[in-house]
Amino acid sequence: MNQLIDFVIISIALFSIGIYGLVVKRNAIRMIFSIEIIANAANLNLVAFSRHVHNVEGQVFALFSIAIAAAEVAVALGIIIIAYRLYKQIDVHEFRSLKG
Amino acid sequence: MVDAYFVGIAILTIGTSIVALESKELIYGAIALAISMLGIAGFFLLLDAQFVAMFQITVYVGAVAVLVIFTVMLVRTQDLFSTKDDKGRKVGGIILALVTLGGVGAIFLVSGITNPMFGNLDSDPIDIKEIGKSMLTYYSPALIVLGLTLAGAVIGALALARREGLLKENESIN
Repeated sequence: MNQLIDFVIISIALFSIGIYGLVVKRNAIRMIFSIEIIANAANLNLVAFSRHVHNVEGQVFALFSIAIAAAEVAVALGIIIIAYRLYKQIDVHEFRSLKG
Repeated sequence: MVDAYFVGIAILTIGTSIVALESKELIYGAIALAISMLGIAGFFLLLDAQFVAMFQITVYVGAVAVLVIFTVMLVRTQDLFSTKDDKGRKVGGIILALVTLGGVGAIFLVSGITNPMFGNLDSDPIDIKEIGKSMLTYYSPALIVLGLTLAGAVIGALALARREGLLKENESIN
């Protein structure tokens, strides 16, 4: 039988993969991938605790979180397309107009 | 002990999320990310959360992954994706990931949730009716705000990706 700790460990592993991607990758789309992986890890944690503590709120929050993540991806991809049109690339180190 | 389904889905999910970040072609990365999200939906099914699993498949695999793949195809050119990661940064990132894994993992392993008595899987799985009830009673303001947020995000994304204003700006610059 799967214990709660197994799901939590998978969640932590996904979270660290996402942190690695956010730190290392310079491609804006890859950074979106990392953010999505981290959001998925958080949702997995919510649902795992909801199941083992027998609490509805975990699943409700997971549903809200998934919907918010979808909105966030839509806006982020819009920004990336705009940045690509302006700079002709999606390397975040080249987006330096706001740098003082 | 974990069962075979858990091990299979775990390998699938973690493997494809590494592929999503490390694949040479961005489009393969996008497909790997979709498979990773499918793996998370599999975990939700193992946790008896069928509704959340279906929601995950609909939203992530159905909408987000397709959106990402379309964007990758729109932005795709030959040499733009050969952005080099510098070596030191990569080593630093791997060390940071391992420290996070070890640190947070150690905290959870020494905490009380490793105790098999913590939480009981024998209790009935959560009914979909309960989710619907709490969403439409106590959390109904949050649901309305969520709908407005989604509408605002979609309108904002469309306004961002609009073409005319940008073309005019470019002409005035030239």
